[in-house]
Amino acid sequence: MNPALRILRPGPLTTVQDLGRAGLGSLGVSRSGAADRGALRAANRLVGNTGCCAALETTLGGLALRACGDLRMAVTGPPVPLTVTGPDGSTDGPLTVPTGTTFDLADGAQLRMGRPTRGLRNYLAVCGGIDVLPVLGSRSRDLLSGLGPEPVQVGDELPVGTGGGVDPVRDAEPTTGPIHGADPIRLNLILGPRQDLFTGSALDLLFGQVWTVTPASNRIGLRLSGAQPLERLDQAERPSEPMVPGAVQVPTSGQPVIFGPDHPASGGYPVIGVLTVAAQDLAGQARPGDAVVFTSIGTDATTIPVRPTSA
Amino acid sequence: MTAPRTTVRQMGESALLVEADRPLALHAALTASPAPGQVDIVPAERTVLVVLAEGTDLRQVRAHLESLRPADQQEIPGSLVEIGVDYTGEDLLPLAATLGMEVDTLIGRHAAAEWTVAFVGFAPGFGYLTSQDWDLEVPRLARPRTSVPAGAVALAGRYSGVYPRASPGGWQLLGTTARRMWDTTAEHPALLTPGTRVRFRDNRSADRGIG
Repeated sequence: MNPALRILRPGPLTTVQDLGRAGLGSLGVSRSGAADRGALRAANRLVGNTGCCAALETTLGGLALRACGDLRMAVTGPPVPLTVTGPDGSTDGPLTVPTGTTFDLADGAQLRMGRPTRGLRNYLAVCGGIDVLPVLGSRSRDLLSGLGPEPVQVGDELPVGTGGGVDPVRDAEPTTGPIHGADPIRLNLILGPRQDLFTGSALDLLFGQVWTVTPASNRIGLRLSGAQPLERLDQAERPSEPMVPGAVQVPTSGQPVIFGPDHPASGGYPVIGVLTVAAQDLAGQARPGDAVVFTSIGTDATTIPVRPTSA
Repeated sequence: MTAPRTTVRQMGESALLVEADRPLALHAALTASPAPGQVDIVPAERTVLVVLAEGTDLRQVRAHLESLRPADQQEIPGSLVEIGVDYTGEDLLPLAATLGMEVDTLIGRHAAAEWTVAFVGFAPGFGYLTSQDWDLEVPRLARPRTSVPAGAVALAGRYSGVYPRASPGGWQLLGTTARRMWDTTAEHPALLTPGTRVRFRDNRSADRGIG
């Protein structure tokens, strides 16, 4: 039997994700891919996969699965309860596994994931990678465009590839990553391209006000809510422009939306700033109710992009 | 020909948004002569997004953009795609009335125009088509439909487009085509890419053997 993961319970939302489909913007295709790319890379590194292997991205945990074949795996992201039980009939008692380490799941054994107390998304990588059929060069599910494999369902059997075993990093090289669910979550942002369409007080509010992540948030975007909306100098209709992950778009309501990996390819509302790559991973772990503040790390021609250290 | 002044704005750590009078010409120039670190170029209505590999020195990219001479920025005519249409869309009659013309006049003008894909957006493979032969301004529906079928040929603003798959939509529907706009298993998944030229053909004419 070929190695596979049999899904017993998908949790609220589990999708297959890799690093996404770059370079297809002119076809109207967004990058998609893991919402926390650092955590995905760490999971792949732990099991010795190349960085482009696909893994499972869970949302608020809840995943349960059974191994078909002996599998090596790792779960990264915020700390989440992980329990391994042996195959049916075995006397192996439930075993607790920490996040951020490699463990083996014997043929027939089960893994159950609880719910993280902070943060939002965990990444389960298996040695060899999830080997579903790629679409346009990626196995990522794009929830907006519908590209890639359907979200994981009960009874799914996800094939495991044979491409693993590069160089497993058994003793987790610091995969500490971001502090999940820091309060408030600090997001570094590069102003622009359309910051000049906003009032001066809007820019002050953007950085001075605490924003709350609303329940209407998903992989397409984090919808934020603040006490005072961001005001534009005028409300003229604007030509549609290409979008990027991490773009902070301000619709007519003045309440910003941070675009996630499955963002629309283009949009007509102005983008006041764009999160740094590191901050995009942090945003990928923000859950409804979390507080968010923005910090400017500059803009314009003279800006040399800074890679801030994630906390 | 004077050099068009272009404004270049940073869009995050690894992308630059370039204002362009003729986005397709800049798109063609950057296809022929890519900027250092360039991984994607995305034209839109008035801009071109240049996406760069992480860690690319944006100053070098700016210098490259400055170095593109206007003479380099020629729109290269793309391939011509013919799309057969059954002009039986739900909005055809009311739209013709709104525009104050006969239905056949509206169909005739749509099918006579040579269109070009200005950019792709809204959904994978959804080309925004413009034409110098087309000056009709068509309002979007006040209440967008919750589902427009794949292959619907539609108008909005000064654009025409074909829905690549069933989706919600507020464009006015002229008809449908059986031609597939988007196929992820094909070598070229999108039939329409920036610069592609399009001519719509009235299927009734074909039936009559008129052409």
